Amino acid sequence: MRRCLHLYAGLVGYAEAAALQDRCARLLKDGGMEERLLLLEHPPVITLGRNARREDVLHDEKTLRALGVSVEETNRGGQVTYHGPGQLVGYPILNLGPDRRDVARYLRDLEEVLIRTLARFGLQAGRVPGLTGVWAGREKIASIGVHLSRWVTTHGFALNVNTDLSRFGLIVPCGLRGGAVTSMQRLLGRALPLEGVASALVPEFGGIFAREMEPAQDAAPRPPALTEVA
Amino acid sequence: MRVDVIMPQMGESIAEGTLTRWLKKPGDKVARDEPIFEISTDKVDAEIPSPAAGFLAEILVQEGQTVPINAVVAQIETEAGQAAVAGRAAAAAAGTKPAPAGVPAAAEKQAPPRTGGPSDGRDRAPAPAAPPASVTAGPPVPGASEVREIPKAALLIGSGATVEDLRRVRSSPVVRKIAQEHHVDISRLRGTGISGRVTKKDILEALESGAARRAAPHLAGAAPGSGGAAAPAAPRSAAPSPVYAPGQRVSLVPMSPMRKKIAEHMVQSRRTSAHVTTVFEVDMSRVMRLREEHRQAFQERHGVKLTPTPFLVQAAVEALKAFPDLNASIEGDHVAYRKDINIGIAVALDWGLIVPVARHADDLSLSGIAKVVADLAERARARRLTPDDVQGGTFTITNPGVFGSLFGTPIISQPQVAILGVGAIQKRVVVVQDAIAIRPMVFLALSFDHRLIDGAVADQFMAHIKATLEQGKFTEIV
Repeated sequence: MRRCLHLYAGLVGYAEAAALQDRCARLLKDGGMEERLLLLEHPPVITLGRNARREDVLHDEKTLRALGVSVEETNRGGQVTYHGPGQLVGYPILNLGPDRRDVARYLRDLEEVLIRTLARFGLQAGRVPGLTGVWAGREKIASIGVHLSRWVTTHGFALNVNTDLSRFGLIVPCGLRGGAVTSMQRLLGRALPLEGVASALVPEFGGIFAREMEPAQDAAPRPPALTEVA
Repeated sequence: MRVDVIMPQMGESIAEGTLTRWLKKPGDKVARDEPIFEISTDKVDAEIPSPAAGFLAEILVQEGQTVPINAVVAQIETEAGQAAVAGRAAAAAAGTKPAPAGVPAAAEKQAPPRTGGPSDGRDRAPAPAAPPASVTAGPPVPGASEVREIPKAALLIGSGATVEDLRRVRSSPVVRKIAQEHHVDISRLRGTGISGRVTKKDILEALESGAARRAAPHLAGAAPGSGGAAAPAAPRSAAPSPVYAPGQRVSLVPMSPMRKKIAEHMVQSRRTSAHVTTVFEVDMSRVMRLREEHRQAFQERHGVKLTPTPFLVQAAVEALKAFPDLNASIEGDHVAYRKDINIGIAVALDWGLIVPVARHADDLSLSGIAKVVADLAERARARRLTPDDVQGGTFTITNPGVFGSLFGTPIISQPQVAILGVGAIQKRVVVVQDAIAIRPMVFLALSFDHRLIDGAVADQFMAHIKATLEQGKFTEIV
């Protein structure tokens, strides 16, 4: 079974996390074998996916900045979403090349990981046909947006654990007008430690993706020493 | 010559793709494998690499357009004519750098067909190359299927390539050429280049020392386990290596989705929980007598047969209330004590197994349980269960006894921590108050997750069930 290193990195800035992902992905694309699952939370940020419409951000940048929310453009699929404290963000850096060359399957697999993780907390969640993400009842609890380059994945999913849901009011999440969002906290009536949810998710991730999950020592592998190029 | 760039197939169920952005303009120089455009399908954004080196000659699909897979979206002008000559010439002058088009002949020999596993590589080293079409068993590579100049590197990445494979195919053309001429398997050489690539210096040194020659018969396909890197075992979804010899009669049938799911879940559970099984023997005289007494009235009143199952469910529910550890899950380093008692009832089907859930079993009377269980079993066999019916179980009861098994050691249904297996109820000779008696007896086997539950707790739980079945009142039966 292939090995995947996992790490709960705590609060990490969006740009820093993007750089981290790029570094891990670069090494995979260069023939490395080290796959990773980065789990973390972001400071408040609105991100624009490749299919984002500016009008889905409902306030100008000045207002948002005053609220402590930054806006970032990204190369993930999907539209506009919000990340912030209390939301468990997962960035799997996997090579789908060997055995899983199917983007639809990848999305469904990520959903399954989230559904099973939620089930561990006694929460029933599911899919909505035709849409990507995970819903509890009619409310969306997790969003997914990924980027692929030579079948190496970056970006991933965001699961609302204790997220301040009012912040989603700043945007039209995923272009779904009138779509409500929810969190595990709202459904369970209590806050959960993000790290606890992360550690519940790891074995489910390993099960779905058939990876041996191992804790990582560092967030990113150290770059190999540059030597002579033939 | 011109090479078509096509809309790649991004998955089995995906028939088209939307080109979201060109990363190159017509006239731009592109390296092979360099991203030249981006596509998006659903929530996925993907960069598509160029199938060849050259210049972007013509863009045929504009940003925002959606086209079917394999549609030509652009053309690349390569320097092929010139390159082919250079490629041949390179054999003599190892110092010159052949252009991409000169590579395939060499690369094909280097790149073993990975379709059949290690065994079909035995005569490969000096043998003629397999047809390029067999290089990948999987679905086509982005932008590649119609192009002969495809770097074999790209193909290999998609077929369970090991570090060794990548190292080999990522070596420079010069190195590959030398390797081909001397029948050397580059993957066996120590590389000092970037990411462990084998440089020209490495291979020449190896040839001089004779190390390469000894390495030559090695089969690249058997790479796992060799080399320093943690070589992965074959991915689970890869084609299995046959468990039968050629000529043996066998019919190969794909697993049903249910079978696959069961297989996955069972292995996953074994890997997750520390299974221990404890077995109790219970005298079912009282249950059988109650059942006999109320059988007819119960059937008339509730429309379902009174079986021993609801008695067992109720006994388990009472024990779960007394030992909440058995009605819990492990969440990371926390224990989640489930406040609802939802009992999964394993139902054997002709085509597999399913575990519908009797929700809030602690709120149900014996007749309520009987009705819910009968309904779930019936709908399971009629394939009319909803997803909700099979989710949220907190404890499971399985009944191998219906087929005559005395007891089993069941596998826990994750994320639960225990499962109760009920053996066949049989009349046995037992000692009751120092006299020999004939009693309907049953073995109850509890598999529990020793990570959370110690043997003492599990056995007290079982003793509780035993006491309920042997002495419980079971009021409100009718």
